[in-house]
Amino acid sequence: MSARTLYDKLWDAHLVKQRDDGTALIYIDRHLLHEVTSPQAFEGLRLAGRSPWRIDSNIATPDHNVPTTRRADGIAGISDPIARIQVETLDDNCREFGILEFPILDARQGIVHVVGPEQGVTLPGMTVVCGDSHTSTHGALAALAHGIGTSEVEHVLATQCLIQRKAKNMRIMTLGHLPPGVTAKDLALAIIGRIGTAGGTGYTLEFAGPAVQALSMEGRMTLCNMSIEAGARAGVVACDETTLDYVRGRPYAPAGALWEQAVAQWRELVSDADARFDAEVEIDAAALAPQVSWGTSPEMVVGIDERIPELSAAQRPGQRDNWEAALRYMGLEPGMAVTDIGVDRVFIGSCTNSRIEDLRQAAAVVKGRKVAGSVLQAMVVPGSGPVKLQAEEEGLHEIFLAAGFEWRDPGCSMCLAMNADRLGPGEHCASTSNRNFEGRQGHGGRTHLVSPAMAAAAAVAGHFTDVREMVSASGGGA
Amino acid sequence: MKAFETFRGRVAPLDRANVDTDQIIPKQFLKSIRRTGFGDNLFDGWRYLDEGDPGKNPNERQINPDFVLNAPRYQGASILLARANFGCGSSREHAVWALEEYGFRVVVAPSFADIFFSNCFKNGVLPIVLNEKNIDELFDLANADDGLELTVDLAAQRLVLPSGAEIPFDVDPFRKRCLLEGLDDIGVTLTDADAIRVFEARHRERCPWLFDALR
Ligand code: SF4
Repeated sequence: MSARTLYDKLWDAHLVKQRDDGTALIYIDRHLLHEVTSPQAFEGLRLAGRSPWRIDSNIATPDHNVPTTRRADGIAGISDPIARIQVETLDDNCREFGILEFPILDARQGIVHVVGPEQGVTLPGMTVVCGDSHTSTHGALAALAHGIGTSEVEHVLATQCLIQRKAKNMRIMTLGHLPPGVTAKDLALAIIGRIGTAGGTGYTLEFAGPAVQALSMEGRMTLCNMSIEAGARAGVVACDETTLDYVRGRPYAPAGALWEQAVAQWRELVSDADARFDAEVEIDAAALAPQVSWGTSPEMVVGIDERIPELSAAQRPGQRDNWEAALRYMGLEPGMAVTDIGVDRVFIGSCTNSRIEDLRQAAAVVKGRKVAGSVLQAMVVPGSGPVKLQAEEEGLHEIFLAAGFEWRDPGCSMCLAMNADRLGPGEHCASTSNRNFEGRQGHGGRTHLVSPAMAAAAAVAGHFTDVREMVSASGGGA
Repeated sequence: MKAFETFRGRVAPLDRANVDTDQIIPKQFLKSIRRTGFGDNLFDGWRYLDEGDPGKNPNERQINPDFVLNAPRYQGASILLARANFGCGSSREHAVWALEEYGFRVVVAPSFADIFFSNCFKNGVLPIVLNEKNIDELFDLANADDGLELTVDLAAQRLVLPSGAEIPFDVDPFRKRCLLEGLDDIGVTLTDADAIRVFEARHRERCPWLFDALR
C-alpha cells in the first residue's frame, strides 16, 4: 500500500462501504452524548420505532446547562426550568435506552470532551463523534474525532455509522519549541490567526513537529480542540509514548493482554514518513508570543507585544468590513496596544482549557497575588469532577480562593453562558474558552481568548499583560 | 423529509462574512428539547433590540429596523444570500431548524462551514456554493429597490434570474437524490445493515477492546 497519513489510516480502518456516488459509510466506535443536542435525536428514534444499534458504544454526561454552584442539590439546583427539563430528559433517555451516563451528581461528570479522554472512554485509533463541534479535542489521542449535528446523532444511534466524504489532509508543521510562558493555546490561536477560520475547511489537520511532540496530552487536546475554529472538523496528533502514558490505567482503557494488543496497533497510528499532504503550513513555534484575540472571530488575534491592526492591513475579501464591525462591537480602536485593554471578568475553564495542567499553569501565576480591584469577577471552572478533586488535592483551589477567584463545579459554564454564568453588556472578559463570537458569553459581552496563564495574569493586572514578565523561569512552556 | 421541488422565491441579502451559528440561533434557545419553535429567534441578536429570552412573546419584542431581514421588501424571503464561511462555529442543528422555520429553503454563499453544510441537507434546506463574482452580482440585484426573485431548480442544478439568465451550481449526487426524493438517510443506511454487521464482526476481532467496555 502506498504511504498514508494518520488520517488516511484512521479512515481506512473504519470504512464499511465506499459508494459509487463518492460518499462512504464510516463505522463509529464511540458516541458521546450531552443534553443539548441529543433530545431531538432520541425523540426521532422513538418516532421511527428504531432502537440503538449498539448500546455499548455510547456514553453521556450533562455539561452545557449544569450550574456551577449549589451542585449538591443535583437537578433540583438548576434554577432555569427549561434547562432542568433538558438535563432530566438526558437522564430519562439514557435510562430508557440503557446508555451509560455520568449524571449531574456523579463524581465523574464534567465537560464531555474532558470526561472522554480522562476516563479512557476515548482511545487511540477510534472514530469518535458527538453532537458538539469541539469533539475534535479527542483527535489528540490519534483518534478520528469530529462534531455532528442532531440528525447525525440519531443516525449514529440507529446505524453505528455516518455517511461521509473523505476530507483532504493538511499538516501544520511546527518548527522549534514553544518558548517558556507560551502554551498550546497560544499555538492554537496563532495557527488560526495565520490560516483563518475557514483555512482548514474541508481538511483534517495533523499537528506535527517538535513543539507538538513536546506537548503534554492536555496541551495536545487544547490544540486539537480548536481545529474547528480553524474550519476543520477534525485535528489529529500522532500516537507516541506521551499518548500511551496518558491512556495507561484509565478506568475504561484496556488492561493486561488487551492493552498489549491495543498498543501494538496504536504504535502504527502515525503518518508514514513519505505520506503526501494536500496542504502544508509551517509555524515557527519558537518565535511565538502569548496571544490575545481582539475581535469577534478567533482569527482576530495578535501577540501580547503587538497592537490591534490598522484597518489598512486587512487583506482577505471582506476582512476590512469584518474588522470594523468587530472593533465597533468590542469598543476598541485600530492601532491600540493590547495591554491597554482592561478586563472586567476572567473565566478559566471550558473544554479548551479546564484540565489539571491548565489549572496548574493559572495557579502558578496567581500564587501569592490578588485579583485586581477593578475586576468584577474571576472564576475557575474545572472541566470535570476528577479534575476538581485533583486540583484540590494539590491545593490549587486555595491559591485561587486566596487571590479572590471563585472556585466552581464542573461544566461548560461561561464558555457559552447557557447557565447563569455570563457577561454583562460591554464587559471585557479574559477567557480561556474557544469562541469570541458576539454575545457568546452573554448579550453584548466582549470575549478575549487567551491561555490560562494569560487569563490569570490579566486577572491580577486588571488588563492584558505579558505573563512572561510576571513569571520568570518557573513559567514553563507546554 | 419533504421532497425538494423547484420553486421561485424572494432573496434576502445578508452582507456579512463568517456568520456563526451563535448569531443564527443564540444559545439561550438551545434549551428546548423540541425540533421546532426556533424561527422567531433566528438571528435574534440582530433582529431585535432587546435581549432575547425563550419566554418572550415575539410580538412584544423591539424590532431592529436596521437589520436587513426586517426590511419590508425582504419579507417572505425563502432564499438567503450570504457571504463566505456561513454557519461557522458550533454543530447546533438548531441553526438550520431556525432558518427553515423562518422560511428559508435555500442558502447561497461562496462557502459554508462543514457541519452546518451537512446539517442543511438533513433538514431539506439546500446550501448552494457559488463563486464570489456570482455572489457579488446577486447582492447587487438583491440590494436594489425592488429586490430579487430567483427560481431554484435542483434537478437541473441551476438558479434562474428574472432576466432568464441561469447560474449553474454543483451538488453532491447522494445529497441531491435525498433532497429530491425526500429520503430519510437513516433508512438509506439501513439498507446496508448487512455490510455494517460484517464490518463490525471483523472490527471486533481485530480490536476487541473497542467493544463491551462501556457498561
Ligand atoms: S466548554 Fe464550551 S465549547 Fe466546550 S463543549 Fe462546552 S460549550 Fe462547547
